[in-house]
Amino acid sequence: MDVILFLIFALIAVVCAINVVVQTHPISSAISLIGVMGSLAILYLLLGAEFIAAAQVIVYAGAIMVLFVFVIMLLNAGVEVKRGRSFMVQLLGVPLLIAFLGLVAWIVERLYPEGTTVHFGGFTGGSAQAIGRALFTTYLLPFEITSILVLIAILGAVVLGRKEMD
Amino acid sequence: MSLQSIDPFIWISLIKILVVFAVLMTTLAYLQWVERKVIAHIQVRPGPFYVGPHGLLQPLADVIKLITKEDLVPSYVNKPLYLGAPFLAITMALLSISVIPFGPTIQVGPYRTWMQLTDLNIGVLFVLAVSSMGVYGIAFAGWASNNKYSLLGGLRSSAQMISYELPMSIAIAAPLLISNTLSLRQLVETQVGGIWHWNLIHGGQVVSFIIFLIAAFAETNRVPFDLPEAENELVAGFHTEYSSMKFASFFMAEYANMITVSCMATLLFLGGWDAPWDAKYGSSLVPSIIFALAGVVAIFHGLNPARKRDRYTLPVFGVIFLVIAAVFQAPFVQSWLIPLFWFAAKTGAILFAFMWVRGTLPRFRYDQLMRFTWKFLFPVAMLNLLVTAAVVAWLS
Repeated sequence: MDVILFLIFALIAVVCAINVVVQTHPISSAISLIGVMGSLAILYLLLGAEFIAAAQVIVYAGAIMVLFVFVIMLLNAGVEVKRGRSFMVQLLGVPLLIAFLGLVAWIVERLYPEGTTVHFGGFTGGSAQAIGRALFTTYLLPFEITSILVLIAILGAVVLGRKEMD
Repeated sequence: MSLQSIDPFIWISLIKILVVFAVLMTTLAYLQWVERKVIAHIQVRPGPFYVGPHGLLQPLADVIKLITKEDLVPSYVNKPLYLGAPFLAITMALLSISVIPFGPTIQVGPYRTWMQLTDLNIGVLFVLAVSSMGVYGIAFAGWASNNKYSLLGGLRSSAQMISYELPMSIAIAAPLLISNTLSLRQLVETQVGGIWHWNLIHGGQVVSFIIFLIAAFAETNRVPFDLPEAENELVAGFHTEYSSMKFASFFMAEYANMITVSCMATLLFLGGWDAPWDAKYGSSLVPSIIFALAGVVAIFHGLNPARKRDRYTLPVFGVIFLVIAAVFQAPFVQSWLIPLFWFAAKTGAILFAFMWVRGTLPRFRYDQLMRFTWKFLFPVAMLNLLVTAAVVAWLS
């Protein structure tokens, strides 16, 4: 059952991810990206990380993507015009992709040689309490640094926005 | 396969889903009737009156009208999105009712079950996540309609919902700090014991309650924040191009969202199904007294009718109210009917506030709307959360 659900939503995620690139209209790409976020949230849920799943939907699918859609609608972005691919892309695209996937597979194989499959529901650190404790004890420094990074990004946006106004 | 061989959990859940769905749909239909009546009385007119006694069959007439109307699809719309948007809006609006607990356990024969479809340990986050996905229904409807008014409505609504979601989430976080749980059922259980134990009083969360309510008005696109469908600027906003049942789905989604946020306010701040004072001081008599009073008043007015029709309708309602008053005192239903009454009473009071505000306040201007949330509501909510967190940390 777990495996079937995993395969269904992993497939949806991959298909949507490819669709983001393939679609020519920005709104269609954005909807595909929402699909990716949503199926990732369900994959988190299958793993037993319910808090991360909810946060994924609230933050990524519910807030960031709404802003994406908002900006696309505001600018009324039209259909992308396809230009011909360059010679290099036509020649090397597929072999490079195969080489990249092979490299990823090799690295994963080397890192986890036992090859144990993911045991669904075996992960118990997904509750809000566990995440909170991990963030404020083990991962306190990365957490604080990330928050400062986000703050800098917000300040930068404000500074850039103000420059426009003058 | 006989009934015994199926796991009782499955068919109990199915029955619960059926009951909740039926009650929710009836409430949705009649909420609109109540709203029209309330606003009519605020504006000193009788409101819907001709379909059935006191216009009570008006929702049925509206449903028939909406179903039989021609379902128009304008040309040059983005078909899949145009057709999918109302579906998305209504699905997301109805989904969150599945985690709302309406009362304590109920005993049916040998089975004991909670008056809630399912209890998630991230129930609050689930409701937030589902409601944040509901924005897409409105945004896509506005974009796909290929109409400048619709587009402006969709844009306004997505910006407004994103902006008001922040103070709303922060206002929700404060009572969560006090109750120390994300499960809606446990949230109520931490507040049981009368009005002095509710998060509103016990936790001193009056500020976050008010912020939550204001943000809830904006999240549900209600007056004074109904900018996405401001009729004198945008015709009907995001649903200008929709007709028939597709229009009805947006309408139902708005009312379902209203019910959800009212339930959330009840659960987070007002102690859910908990009675305001203990049963030994007579709180279990309150529903009976209210219904008996309503029955007596109705019968009195039926005997001295202001209109000809009242002579027949009002006594009937009076008798129905008296029967309900008697049912509340029946010992075998009292254990679950009275908590259900308190839950419905609190939720109903908040829903009434929604209508009251609609009949009272004018609409904000768009810049006022944005300035209000970012420069006032958000900092106040943040401050309230900080103070609450400091007090909780100091006391524990």
